[in-house]
Amino acid sequence: MAEITADNAIAEPVPVAKRRIRFDSAASYLQALPLAIILGVFLVLPIATIVMVSFWDYDSIRIIPDFITLNYEETLFSWITWKTYLNTLKYTVIVWTLTMAIGFWVAYFLAFHIRTTTMQMVLFLICTVPFLTSNIIRMISWIPFLGRNGLINSTLIQVGVIDAPLEFLLFSDFAVVLAMVHLYTLFMVVPVFNTMMRIDRSLIEAARDAGANAFQILTNVIIPLSKPGLAIGTIFVVTLTMGDFITVRFMSGGQSASVGLMIANQISLLQYPAAAANAVVLLVVVLLMVAGILRVVNIRKEL
Amino acid sequence: MDGERRGPGFWILAVFFTIFVLFLYGPLSTIFILSFQGPEGGLTFPMNGVSFRWFVNLFETQAVGDFGGAFSRSLVLGLMVMGATVVVSLLAGLAFRRPFFGSTPLFYTAIASLIVPSILVSLGIGLLFQVIGIRSAWYSSGFGAHLTWALPFGLLIMFAVFNRFNPSYEEAARDLGATPWQTFSHVVLPLILPSLIGVGLFGFTLSYDEFARTLMTSGSFNTLPLEIYGMTTNVTTPVLYALGTVTTGFSLLIIVLALGGIYLSQRSRRRAG
Repeated sequence: MAEITADNAIAEPVPVAKRRIRFDSAASYLQALPLAIILGVFLVLPIATIVMVSFWDYDSIRIIPDFITLNYEETLFSWITWKTYLNTLKYTVIVWTLTMAIGFWVAYFLAFHIRTTTMQMVLFLICTVPFLTSNIIRMISWIPFLGRNGLINSTLIQVGVIDAPLEFLLFSDFAVVLAMVHLYTLFMVVPVFNTMMRIDRSLIEAARDAGANAFQILTNVIIPLSKPGLAIGTIFVVTLTMGDFITVRFMSGGQSASVGLMIANQISLLQYPAAAANAVVLLVVVLLMVAGILRVVNIRKEL
Repeated sequence: MDGERRGPGFWILAVFFTIFVLFLYGPLSTIFILSFQGPEGGLTFPMNGVSFRWFVNLFETQAVGDFGGAFSRSLVLGLMVMGATVVVSLLAGLAFRRPFFGSTPLFYTAIASLIVPSILVSLGIGLLFQVIGIRSAWYSSGFGAHLTWALPFGLLIMFAVFNRFNPSYEEAARDLGATPWQTFSHVVLPLILPSLIGVGLFGFTLSYDEFARTLMTSGSFNTLPLEIYGMTTNVTTPVLYALGTVTTGFSLLIIVLALGGIYLSQRSRRRAG
């Protein structure tokens, strides 16, 4: 039943592209041209350059055009790479689970419990405003909370729960995950909320009339129909976490590694071909993950 | 659900939502309070008096860096990205209303732009400029790097806008003898203006806060996020919090201005129509 209703609920009124508009067809190409040029020059060409440079040689001062596979061998056959990928995956799984658990309920509350559109917009804006502040500022803002003499430690000591400050709060995996959840949950809330708003409310009425209780409505109607939004949110969170280096560097105090951080470190050491090979591997892994998500959930109707 | 009494589910979720909002705002409000730390105060509570010492410190010429320069670069860059995002997303949004050859690959390239990790975009553009022998600069390579992040968002917003757009307005205009340009400028543009302001706002803030994509593309001068990052590694005074407060305040100011613009444009439309 869920499958059939999913089709009905998410179907667009009429695909815009199919409407007939009497413009000369050259207009479409001219209008799309700036986007195509910008993406070509600043996305496609740079990625092609990364692939090319990943086969180049380098020494301590320059990169040398060549065709060697050493960069890949060093990346793929190093246990550090594998360990780093494992650590990055660990972050990704934890952050994904948390952002989905939090994001789903926040979106659910906004979409189904708030009755007026104005109130929805107000609460939604409240959630979005912190997103407009620099990531780094938001990371810094955890220092007064988590630091050795921070709010949490001093409160716990005053209350008498602990004698010495907890060291694991700042500069640890805990801090990294906390900051990532803080930074990325919104990327889950927005698509899920968007999908939930499109769910035909009469389906919920119908389920209730048919005798479904709140839990059954949730698991048989709302969750299946929210899957495209959850998938888009997952793609965002997974790609952001997989490529993250600044949160990992800052919040772990340099004690943990991630693939992005490994690439950033190679860049700062001017080992560009090594960084490029590493980047190609990361890109392949991320694309495979996205492809995997798209195989499970069809998000095309959302776009 | 309307018209029913609030069940326990509502209250549980309301508490959950409140905790979530506190989680989002708690740390930010802490650095806001701590940026007014007294001259002898440190990075954590307790407050050691109240002063504007750290704000003054921020605007003084200092050893730690060039806050004013970085700020003005980020501001100009943000405005450049804003303008380009509005124009390019609008044009592309219009283009995608009709099927055209290559529209699918172009669409997927735009989506890929969001999915490719930022550090890769940064590395790629940095390498490309190095290989072809052009110096990286915030207004060239940095500008392009920011566009790869802002344009896909702008495009997605334009899709949402044109999905909801009722083409019968355009048909009516054409039936009345309007040229395509007149239809666009007198009918379509005024209707989508609030969304365009939203797109511009998005473009500005995405650029103003972008760190990862700027890392290898900004050339020899820092943008604000790079400056902030530099400060986190070598500054251990509340001047860091003052910087956080000032930049966040500026972001908020831009948002308020944009929302005001949207409100005014809607009001004038209501009055006119």
